[in-house]
Amino acid sequence: MSRLKVVFWKEFADYFSSRRFLILFIIICITGSSITYIASQIIGQDITKASVGFIFLKLFTSSAGALPSFTFFISFFGPLIGIILGFDAINSEHSRGTMSLVLSQPIFRDSLINGKFLAGLATVAIMLISIILVISGLGLSTLGIVPNLAEILRIGIFFVASVIYIGFWLSLGILFSILFRRTASSALASIAVWIFFTFFIYMVASVIADQLVPVTHTATAEMITKNEYLKKMIMRISPATLFEEIAVAVLNPSVRVFGFVLPAQVKGLIPNPLSLGQSIMVIWPQFVGLIALMVICFAISYVIFMRQEIRAT
Amino acid sequence: MEWIVETDKLSKAYNGIKAVDQLNFKIKESEIFGFLGPNGAGKTTTILMILGLTEPTSGKVKVYGHDATREALKVKRVTGYLPENVGFYEDLTAKENLRYITRLNGIPDKKSLPKIDEILEEVGLSEVTDTEVGKFSKGMKQRLGMGAVFVKNPKFAILDEPTAGIDPEGVDQILKFIVKISREQNITILLSSHLLYQVQKICDRVGIITKGHMIAQGSMDEIGKEIIKKEETLLEIQVSKVTPNLINSIKEIEGVKNIEKSDNHFLVKCDRDLREKISKTIVENGSLPLQIKTQDYTLEEIYIKYFREG
Ligand SMILES: Nc1ncnc2c1ncn2[C@@H]1O[C@H](COP(=O)(O)OP(=O)(O)O)[C@@H](O)[C@H]1O
Ligand SMILES: [Mg+2]
Repeated sequence: MSRLKVVFWKEFADYFSSRRFLILFIIICITGSSITYIASQIIGQDITKASVGFIFLKLFTSSAGALPSFTFFISFFGPLIGIILGFDAINSEHSRGTMSLVLSQPIFRDSLINGKFLAGLATVAIMLISIILVISGLGLSTLGIVPNLAEILRIGIFFVASVIYIGFWLSLGILFSILFRRTASSALASIAVWIFFTFFIYMVASVIADQLVPVTHTATAEMITKNEYLKKMIMRISPATLFEEIAVAVLNPSVRVFGFVLPAQVKGLIPNPLSLGQSIMVIWPQFVGLIALMVICFAISYVIFMRQEIRAT
Repeated sequence: MEWIVETDKLSKAYNGIKAVDQLNFKIKESEIFGFLGPNGAGKTTTILMILGLTEPTSGKVKVYGHDATREALKVKRVTGYLPENVGFYEDLTAKENLRYITRLNGIPDKKSLPKIDEILEEVGLSEVTDTEVGKFSKGMKQRLGMGAVFVKNPKFAILDEPTAGIDPEGVDQILKFIVKISREQNITILLSSHLLYQVQKICDRVGIITKGHMIAQGSMDEIGKEIIKKEETLLEIQVSKVTPNLINSIKEIEGVKNIEKSDNHFLVKCDRDLREKISKTIVENGSLPLQIKTQDYTLEEIYIKYFREG
């Protein structure tokens, strides 16, 4: 345990003193705060008409004209943060020649990979907390409203989901850093997965869904629903989809179902905001899915790392 | 405890190819054991098994009585290791790198910091303690590597190719340092090298490994006998003139195996020291021995010979 701590603090300090981290951090802060600043201007204009609560949360979800919303920004660029922190975790130790030096000290082999992963997660958490605080501060000063407890809790859940989401990409980066001895290869492989899950998953899901449940002009409403449902389910293998759904539901208290909804389904639903507990009920499958993806990815890395020959072949 | 390291039919195969094959050897307390063999002989593989960093395919190795595979942590606690082509964290300073090592060994900073300064001084890096290792030369990194081995106060140190890729002066320094620290602090050393001629002089005992087999072990003298089947002696003879029957007469002496001639120089291989008999024969043939030298096999020759035969 204490050796894990040593690795953790070393890696943590490494991240914080690295140029890579600094650049990422600056980009995120600038982008995040400019998005929210513009969003807050727009929100400020309708603040009088929008009598419904949860204005503070709108800072995170409103897209500001041409700029995407902050949640979209995280769902899109969050993976890059994880990948950048993880893609050379293990293979750089090999190429630097520090792997045997470190593992010949009296530590368990897993202390190294656990320490690295936890340090990466902590770095991500600190990045996100800082940017969320920056956004909240901006909101406080430009809108002049204070978040209520429910909003703070919702932002807290959003924060945890973001850490897990980026944590998945971090562990994916680490996995590739174990599988590939060259850092260029592990970076490329990670980016390829990111591109697939971000850009191509929708196409793949549509093609499969249309194959299984063709939607022609004679299709019944039932078939269209089924097609949409199938598409949605397939897209949920992508952590980005899971994260977006969590973000939408937790930051928009009025969201109660995901995706395509027929008027019949909505009939009778009262458009009141959900309580926090109800929102959690809506998102928990996604939440569990996201955690599972991260844990599985890390577990695979762990097992391969523990069995790997210490020397490059 | 007399034996620090004991292996029992230690074997390792990579994808069915034997890198280390039924290796048996022992290392005594406080000796410098030279683990010598050409590249690819299996030295590094053996070392990794001694440290529990690679699992043997079969066989066992014990260090201080601990099974290296199952009790690797106990072994690593008392063993310092200089990996082949050691590397460091390039954006940390020399001091910070060593401090990471001592922390990984659970040594509190209060105790380790004076030790780090001391060891950096000893390996001649006191001027660059706060310089990032990225700016170090190969030789400096190697010396820092020695620092990393001894900063944890090991009882046993494994040095894998400590002199590879270093200029002759640096090699001398490193070897002197090894002898000094081993004698002063009573540290047992396993010194692996493919540069036999370089390191042999500081070894108390050596083991010679080729193709995964230990072909000889013991002190230099013992090794010489073991490998060459020492009855064989090589004589270099210079005579005043070569008379017609001379070569045949020498050949007929009992015990002479072979004779090579170039001008008035002969190279005679015999199964024991036959200098007296041969000089007599030369005189009887009407010539005079100007000089007769026994040629000792240096370890290098032993080595070359063995590899040519094997
Ligand atoms: N990870 C590995 N996979 C497959 N073969 C290996 C691996 N590591 C070493 N070998 C092989 O094992 C043999 C012994 O290598 P090594 O122990 O490094 O020799 P030495 O240290 O004496 O130069 C070599 O033939 C090498 O190619
Ligand atoms: Mg080697």
